[in-house]
Amino acid sequence: MSHNVLEMKNIMKIYPNGIVAVEDVTLELQKGEIHALLGENGAGKSTLMKVLFGLESPEQGQIFLNGEEIQLKSPLEAIKKGIGMVHQHFMLVSSLTVAENIVLGIEPKKSIFVDMNKAIDISKELAKKYNFDIDVTQRVEELPVGIKQKVEILKALYRGADILILDEPTAVLTPQETEELFVQLKKLKELGHTLIFISHKLDEIKSICDRATIMKSGKSKGTYKVSEISTNEMSKLMVGRDVVMTFDKKPLSLKETALKVRNLIVEGTTGVVRVDDLSFDVKQGEIFGIAGVEGNGQGHLVEALTGLTKKYCGDILIFDQNISNKNINEIRKLKVSHIPEDRMTLGCAANMNIMDNLLSNQYQSSEYSGRFMLKLKKIEERVNKLIKEYLIKCKSYKQNVGMLSGGNIQKVVVAREFSTEPKIIIANQPTRGIDVGAASFIRQRIIEFRDAGCAIVLISADLNEVFELSDRLAVMYKGKFSGVFTDVKKLTEEELGKYMLGIKKDEVLEGIIYE
Amino acid sequence: MIVDAILSPEFLNATLRATTPILFATLAAAVAAKCGIINMALEGIMLFSALFGVLFSAMFQSGILGLLATMVMGGLIGLLLAFFVLKLKTDEILAAIAINLIANGATILILLMLSGDRGVSSSVKSVPLPRISIPVIENIPYLGAVISNQNVLTYVSLIMVVVVHIFLYKMPLGLRIRAVGENKNAAESVGISSKKIQYIALVISGVLASMGGFFLSGGYMTYFTTGMTAGRGFIALAASFMGGNTPVGGFSVSLLFGASSALSNILQLGNWPYEIIQMLPYITTIIGLAIYSYVRMKKRQKLSDRG
Ligand SMILES: Nc1ncnc2c1ncn2[C@@H]1O[C@H](COP(=O)(O)OP(=O)(O)OP(=O)(O)O)[C@@H](O)[C@H]1O
Ligand SMILES: [Mg+2]
Repeated sequence: MSHNVLEMKNIMKIYPNGIVAVEDVTLELQKGEIHALLGENGAGKSTLMKVLFGLESPEQGQIFLNGEEIQLKSPLEAIKKGIGMVHQHFMLVSSLTVAENIVLGIEPKKSIFVDMNKAIDISKELAKKYNFDIDVTQRVEELPVGIKQKVEILKALYRGADILILDEPTAVLTPQETEELFVQLKKLKELGHTLIFISHKLDEIKSICDRATIMKSGKSKGTYKVSEISTNEMSKLMVGRDVVMTFDKKPLSLKETALKVRNLIVEGTTGVVRVDDLSFDVKQGEIFGIAGVEGNGQGHLVEALTGLTKKYCGDILIFDQNISNKNINEIRKLKVSHIPEDRMTLGCAANMNIMDNLLSNQYQSSEYSGRFMLKLKKIEERVNKLIKEYLIKCKSYKQNVGMLSGGNIQKVVVAREFSTEPKIIIANQPTRGIDVGAASFIRQRIIEFRDAGCAIVLISADLNEVFELSDRLAVMYKGKFSGVFTDVKKLTEEELGKYMLGIKKDEVLEGIIYE
Repeated sequence: MIVDAILSPEFLNATLRATTPILFATLAAAVAAKCGIINMALEGIMLFSALFGVLFSAMFQSGILGLLATMVMGGLIGLLLAFFVLKLKTDEILAAIAINLIANGATILILLMLSGDRGVSSSVKSVPLPRISIPVIENIPYLGAVISNQNVLTYVSLIMVVVVHIFLYKMPLGLRIRAVGENKNAAESVGISSKKIQYIALVISGVLASMGGFFLSGGYMTYFTTGMTAGRGFIALAASFMGGNTPVGGFSVSLLFGASSALSNILQLGNWPYEIIQMLPYITTIIGLAIYSYVRMKKRQKLSDRG
């Protein structure tokens, strides 16, 4: 039997607000393995990892590194002991360059100055050693998420991490980027690093992990060899019941055209055309899926549709009204809901409480605000109902959204957007970072909305999701649709992949416009 | 007549002189802002420093020693502010208001106790810092009259622009200050103690502000009068903000304020209503802030379609 590099024994963590996030959990890591940590949103995975990285001090329990007990009072101590962490939400300084981010805190020096050339050389070498293709002189704010993720990993490796914690690294990655990351993770494993890998995607865990520890409500449900447990068994242990993975959809019944886009061209900041002459219709009662590798204009399309940018030409009609002169609020009044891609920047106000966040698109409505004052009783009722309905795991609505687990923050955003009786829903990665149970619930809701006659635009990097939900599916490549499929069931994943990478491209797009 | 006055080397010379205290405070504001804290206590720190500058230099009978002692005191007030904000978790604005209010009252009280005078410290034999002329430059026509024959501290303040710039952008500590100010969690995730960095930044901020305060009573004037900072700490806060909280940006904006306060000095010689002329520097601040905010709003509208 290979020896344990690390043992966390009987860890208990109670947050100051009384939430018992981790209760008597034991985790053992074997040298050179990739160890999965599984569990629902709010199960305590991130908390357990923060304890291991010295960010949170446990109320109880011991940590042994190579058999010796250690105390971790700060990340600095964890780093010194060879523990590195890639956080669920990026921990990068946006205005600094990649190299500056990598060396921050242990900068190479030339007399009293930072030796920037050396920092760049070090970073370049590091990237080369681990096969990461990154321009280290770029500012972090200019990088796509996939690259940011790699910067985070390099940061940890530069600090000599032997044990690397990866908290949902794939949540923000496209399938292609994920694949690439896995190659790199396997390489790290070969080089002798031990990895802890957190993900809600069970097939990912199947494909790269050796063992898995499953958590539920702060407790451990045991550690299993991944090869000896099926994904169904895993999800049952996590959720405590069987998870529905297939959905019943009523037969398609199309109504009025809700969204009409004609010759839409959207420019990015630098003047590059991001959306290139798109035309399409979406009718009430259907789910229009848009698949594609991230960064092919999906984000810009959504910004134009929701009024976040006005820098476009062409027409966007919502129920026959042109929105070119309407601001975000006026567009929302046309019953358009929007689940943004990045929950932390556009989705929520992290330092406000759950109630304020759930209500932020409603406080102007006469139902919740009187002439001078908000109708607090009514608001409270509604908020409590939403928390229950969307299974938001929290102590009360007074808790700050920033204190919730990642998946629960996403649920707050979804609950808010779904609760306004929308007629059009623009859902950009709606189930990102959400556990299997909750994701299935949200997908179920999307289908219910469709059945009730809502028009839905679903942008997702999760192929399963677009396959499962879409009535019509378009693939976006370099700002254009490379293909449109009216019969999604007939499409294979390989075929879709070819369209996504631009290997295949249809000149005539049949079925993209009605009439 | 006014145009002539503005183009004259004397006016530009006066501008540099009037800029000096604001510039020190602007740099102080920038360093604090870069670590993520608004140092609204600049006004109070300057006021304390103006009084203690006089007292210390009289005590040591040396301008330099007086300055050094004042800088130590400024650093200590910065430390006190940091202690309130970081340790006791007081709101940074409230803590600063407290320091400013105390400065107002305490300077009057201390002056009264030590010199028996309520308003002016003229009975204290202080030693101001000298003006110096620069050998070659003083002979260049026009330029010599503008640049040469300034107070030592005016030159120091100009050098400080470069020093603070290098400190923030080329030195490890500066890099860490900027990292902490922009994303505290990110800095902590690599083992940087954000508190330690903020303590250091506020102390530096206090020291810089105290140099501005010292200049008021040991260069610009040669004695202390109550309330002599006259809002310069707040003007500096605005200047730093408008300059994007960078030393070089802050320098250009503080020149503008320096000019407007030099202008108000000139206009006093004409027969304009005194009260209105006195308001000039503050009006410049408000107009400057309004323009700045407008431009920034426009810029943000443009940026909102970023990818
Ligand atoms: N800073 C905090 N203060 C108080 N409670 C917190 C804090 N951070 C997390 N919690 C609570 O602790 C519990 C566990 O959260 P944690 O982030 O560890 O979950 P998770 O398993 O990582 O979930 P997810 O998959 O959604 O990321 C949650 O109920 C959460 O609300
Ligand atoms: Mg988490």
